[in-house]
Amino acid sequence: MTTQARTAQSSPALRRNPFRWRPDHQWEAYLFLAPSLLGFLVFVAAPVVMSFLLSFVSWNLLQPPDWVGLANFRHLLTRDPVFWRVMGNTAYFMVTIVPLQLVFGLALAVALNQAIRGILLYRVIYFMPVVTTIVAGAIVFQFLLNRDFGIVSRVIWDFAALTGLPIEPPDFLNSTRWSKPAVVMLTLWKNTGFTMVIYLAALQGVPQELYDAAHVDGAGAWQRFRNVTFPLISPTTFFLFIIQMIGAFQLFTEAYAMTRGGPAQSTTTVVYYIYQNAFEFQRMGRASAIAWILFVFIFLFTYIQTRMQRRWVHYEAG
Amino acid sequence: MGNATALRRNARGLPLWGRLALHTVLIAGSGLMLLPFLVMLLVSLMPKEVILTRAYRLELVSLQNYFETFRVVPFGRFYLNSVIVATSTTVLQILIASLAAFAFARLRFRGRDALFLLYLTTLMIPFQVTMIPNFVIIRYLAWYNTYQALILPSAFSVFSTFLMRQYFLTLPMDLDEAARMDGAGSWRIWAQIILPLSGPIVATLAIFNFQGSWNDFLWPLVITNTPSMRTIPVGLAAFQGQYNTEWHLLMAGSVVALLPVLILYIIGQNWFVRGITLSGMGGR
Repeated sequence: MTTQARTAQSSPALRRNPFRWRPDHQWEAYLFLAPSLLGFLVFVAAPVVMSFLLSFVSWNLLQPPDWVGLANFRHLLTRDPVFWRVMGNTAYFMVTIVPLQLVFGLALAVALNQAIRGILLYRVIYFMPVVTTIVAGAIVFQFLLNRDFGIVSRVIWDFAALTGLPIEPPDFLNSTRWSKPAVVMLTLWKNTGFTMVIYLAALQGVPQELYDAAHVDGAGAWQRFRNVTFPLISPTTFFLFIIQMIGAFQLFTEAYAMTRGGPAQSTTTVVYYIYQNAFEFQRMGRASAIAWILFVFIFLFTYIQTRMQRRWVHYEAG
Repeated sequence: MGNATALRRNARGLPLWGRLALHTVLIAGSGLMLLPFLVMLLVSLMPKEVILTRAYRLELVSLQNYFETFRVVPFGRFYLNSVIVATSTTVLQILIASLAAFAFARLRFRGRDALFLLYLTTLMIPFQVTMIPNFVIIRYLAWYNTYQALILPSAFSVFSTFLMRQYFLTLPMDLDEAARMDGAGSWRIWAQIILPLSGPIVATLAIFNFQGSWNDFLWPLVITNTPSMRTIPVGLAAFQGQYNTEWHLLMAGSVVALLPVLILYIIGQNWFVRGITLSGMGGR
């Protein structure tokens, strides 16, 4: 009780505004927070600390953990060729998926921002894959891309027959060369609607007066897009770029459901490798070390992008 | 005035050929987006032999594959699990987040801003970092392969707490003060004033989290190991691994897996888009 009274007395806000009726909610507030705090401590805060410690041990869940210092990191960075392969695969997915998704999403959003009929229906259709279960999507894509009876190979055969060109459909899911594009296709189908919806919201926030003014000044459609729309939605582009980059770093389910990381590890991503180390090889320490390397990469990339945004992102003045 | 509307039409409206071209492109794109759904449905209704011969005919349509799918895999059980997990996760998450958000947005207490900042900081940490310790904690609690393990770690969400706090901050403080003058305590203000005014955010988060929980994959994959505890996506993936050439059954399973979310989406598509936009814009 006395502590409560003292808190109330020393609270600067209360002193500043003595006539405003402000009860002290100290203990009540903690009651409201209790369930959330409990969850936060058990499932977020403690695991972050634990994960950091785990990255310095060798532990197969059966024997007690063994402190190995930096050995996990040293092994991964200098002696594990698979680690660099999965980093390379992840980089491939990042440089393909992120730009393609931004371009397709923006193009669709611009198209749907026009005064034409059926916008709502188009939006429902393009957004539909976003809410679907990736595994179901992967099953259909495996079917569509199947060399023997898939529609894609059928189209390619027909095209070859029609033009007489010596081309053959690739065996997408069993070829180390085509497995990554197959995963990219699934991801684009699944996520482009998301990018589109965010861009559409941004486009609707661009004031019409600016277009009118640009039009009066004789700017054509492309110039209006280049000099009015694009700068004004650049904060959205920046935001989408960041979250898609993070998403690409964390790619897992698409690769798992589509190819199980194969063939020959050609679609094994960093997160897939964390999963394998922890739950297939029972190397909890090694897996935690990969997770921290992943975190450092995500953090660095986000930081660099945030520093670079000054050059091309325009926030409204004031 | 007349000039302005003319300008507006010039700037916004497309000529007829432009509209036609746009529709052509958009319809082609829609076809590509819908193709996987249509193929899934078509193959799921056809007998097995047709897949190799490609002799799809309307007379062959039957629900046979669906019956067989439910016979060879415990799809009913996956369904039940997914419904239980997605519903409880959503309800608990909204309850817990709204309580915490109420404290963060409407109550003053020592350490409030520091604690909130700590919450926000953890948003940066990827799930994969905390996944392994969470797995260890769940095993330590002897919750491996149980509903608690599937539900409780996701019942608490920093992100939902954040979005709700942002929403609560937009409601006028006078409401609370008037209620307190009338003798209402914090609990009554939370239950009878703030929550009833938060319909839009609650609905948005509910539909959004339900969808997220229904489709969640990595956590249910690592924390369950028997068919009796699998959720739809994980059950479907195991089914896919086991019956990888039985396309007619896999497609039927996929349709079954998608149906609830797709129906929910068609009914509440505006809320879905709102949820995405809201989370995309960081609650602004």
